[in-house]
Amino acid sequence: MKIKAQVAMVMNLDKCIGCHTCSVTCKTTWTNREGAEYMWFNNVETKPGIGYPKRWEDQELYKGGWHINKKGKLELKSGSKLSKIALGKIFYNPDMPEMKDYYEPWTYDYEKLTNAAESEHSPVARAKSVVTGEYMDLEWGPNWEDQLAGAHITGPQDPNIVKIEEEIKFNFEQAFMMYLPRLCEHCLNPSCVASCPSGAIYKREEDGIVLVDQEACRGWRYCMTGCPYKKVYFNWKTNKAEKCTFCYPRIESGLPTVCSETCTGRIRYLGVLLYDADRVLEAASTPDEKDLYKAQCSLFLDPSDPEVIEQARKDGISEEWIEAAQNSPVYKLAIEYKLAFPLHPEYRTLPMVWYVPPLSPIMNYFEGKDSIKNPDMIFPAIEEMRIPIQYLANMLTAGDTETVKGALQRMAMMRSYMRAKSSGKDFDNSRLERVELTAHQIEQLYRLLAIAKYEDRFVIPTSHREGHMNAYRAQGSTGYEGSAGHDGMGDYSMGTAESKFSYSGVAANDGCDGCGSATPKKSGKEIYEENFYGGIWRD
Amino acid sequence: MSNQFLWVIFPYVCMAVFVVGHIFRYRNDKFGWTAKSSEFIEKKQLMIGSILFHVGIIPVIAGHIAGLGIPKEWTQALGISDHLYHVGAVYGGGFFGVVTLVGMFILTSRRFTKKNVRQLSSQSDLIVNSLLLFIVFMGVYSSLVTNNLNPGFDYRSSISIWFRSLLIFQPEAAYMTAAPLAFKIHILTGFLIFAMWPFTRLVHVWSVPLNYVGRSYILYRRSPRK
Repeated sequence: MKIKAQVAMVMNLDKCIGCHTCSVTCKTTWTNREGAEYMWFNNVETKPGIGYPKRWEDQELYKGGWHINKKGKLELKSGSKLSKIALGKIFYNPDMPEMKDYYEPWTYDYEKLTNAAESEHSPVARAKSVVTGEYMDLEWGPNWEDQLAGAHITGPQDPNIVKIEEEIKFNFEQAFMMYLPRLCEHCLNPSCVASCPSGAIYKREEDGIVLVDQEACRGWRYCMTGCPYKKVYFNWKTNKAEKCTFCYPRIESGLPTVCSETCTGRIRYLGVLLYDADRVLEAASTPDEKDLYKAQCSLFLDPSDPEVIEQARKDGISEEWIEAAQNSPVYKLAIEYKLAFPLHPEYRTLPMVWYVPPLSPIMNYFEGKDSIKNPDMIFPAIEEMRIPIQYLANMLTAGDTETVKGALQRMAMMRSYMRAKSSGKDFDNSRLERVELTAHQIEQLYRLLAIAKYEDRFVIPTSHREGHMNAYRAQGSTGYEGSAGHDGMGDYSMGTAESKFSYSGVAANDGCDGCGSATPKKSGKEIYEENFYGGIWRD
Repeated sequence: MSNQFLWVIFPYVCMAVFVVGHIFRYRNDKFGWTAKSSEFIEKKQLMIGSILFHVGIIPVIAGHIAGLGIPKEWTQALGISDHLYHVGAVYGGGFFGVVTLVGMFILTSRRFTKKNVRQLSSQSDLIVNSLLLFIVFMGVYSSLVTNNLNPGFDYRSSISIWFRSLLIFQPEAAYMTAAPLAFKIHILTGFLIFAMWPFTRLVHVWSVPLNYVGRSYILYRRSPRK
């Protein structure tokens, strides 16, 4: 057994209102640069729909993730390592998405509004491609399918819908709808890392964050094909791969990612999971797709088990991290309560952003019918709503509906229990046995999901990089400091991440670009709290 | 004098720039070192052009190494007659030369005529593309046309000897004087592109990831210790 720690995320889809605040704050932090306009490290899709890029879930098309080959071994779906170098795929990658599969980024001809000559009609700012500079007609873009817009056309092409064999009507009375915020999954078995011929993408040993070394990337683009979630992007200006960094400078300082921090619905949870790194390959090689979810769960170790703690110490995991793992909301939601599921476990990447399935599509069906009179109608409803359940199962459990139903029933039971409790009605506690939860657990769950305090949602230990590394020498290897080591190369001007995130405490405390003392005068958290007056997000 | 410049000084300068330039670029601009693929922008023409060009250029390079590097006496000693060698070089070399030329033509026309590809091309990309097309064309022309017009000219007893004299630092410009013009142009532009090499997208050639095949799939990195 070799224990590694992973910082993971859970999203409670039941509370996602599809406001895109996560996407926007992420974009303004990371991808508002030339060459990165089309990139959304975090985006929110309305489902059913084909998503971004179009039909990203169709792995017969994009060949992302892993499969079991004829010899019964785990192999990249896009082909063996040899085939990528020897068979000419290096000259032309047949499975790679193109810009038009995402969308061509544009701006507007704003100048026209102020300098147009006087005329009968008011001037219009036309859309202009950022790539070619030419006027363009907008036919596709980010969030083109927002709120099921055009779903009668695109919905039937959703690969999760295609898998459901019966005909589904996309009219508004019968449609079900949900939001799916997506970011890099920081997988335990990342196929992007495995696809990179230059060895530029790597998984950080200390927290499992997957990053692209901008100095080692040679732009072969196999990572784009390799990632089944299509969350590695090609910067058309720098010709290098870029991806979600899990806001590592913030995580290192014990702060939540930008998307989590700014989530208005408080749907995101961040915490540490301890897993057995020796068994990752075995779990990813599980023969039956439907067993992959359980195989993945079996990798995670109980952080309160004395044996696990002892081994974790031996493997160099600090007390602070072990304690964080014990308080991890991700461990509670994903492993203890089995409420959260990995997105598309059948891709065999063992993704580490987990989703609590939404009850709302089922609730909506009954709204205006019996739901007000008899809230417990939800239980038979979960049985009855075959199509939404099958859809969720196709997304979260490789089609296993029983597991998804179980989670929905636990959530429905929590609602039922809390409704009775807060309205002073009696509740027959024996009903809880049906979902294998105790009253205490239900109340804990309620606190975590419904109250969702900042401190409960984000349990992130600091990484103390300042103590064991030379931040100045490490520049460039974590992705975004690309040009910082050598001034004047191109216009890639992100600056050093350390100095950008000035509240990390390490930065510029003596004005010589990180070359001075690596001991912070104040902790990142202290500086952060000073800068964010009164804690706007605090409860 | 001009012979001395063209066939001794110029090639040496180009090779010196090639070597020093690569060291400089690798040490100072790892961030800019990339295959610079435009597949993300345009895929259909790239597929035909890129595959033809690359599949053609590899045997062409091998042919150049054999033709320039291996003395005539060696192949004769192996029992390969000059006639047999010549036939192999003209047909084999000619075939892959034409494949390379067609690929390069598609890539160049694509780069200049496809608006989005053109827009994302730097001056350096346009120059490299045009120059490579020209070099490949002159190479194919030399071996298929000039060789037939001058049946008496044998590059293996002139150009090859000159080339090897450069490599052993005992340059003999005189071997080049009798070479037909097409060969001369091909050679000079060839050296020119070697001089430009380290400063252009061509550096991707040295990044061919051969060690990927034997590597483990998942890479972990520990944060660098002090």
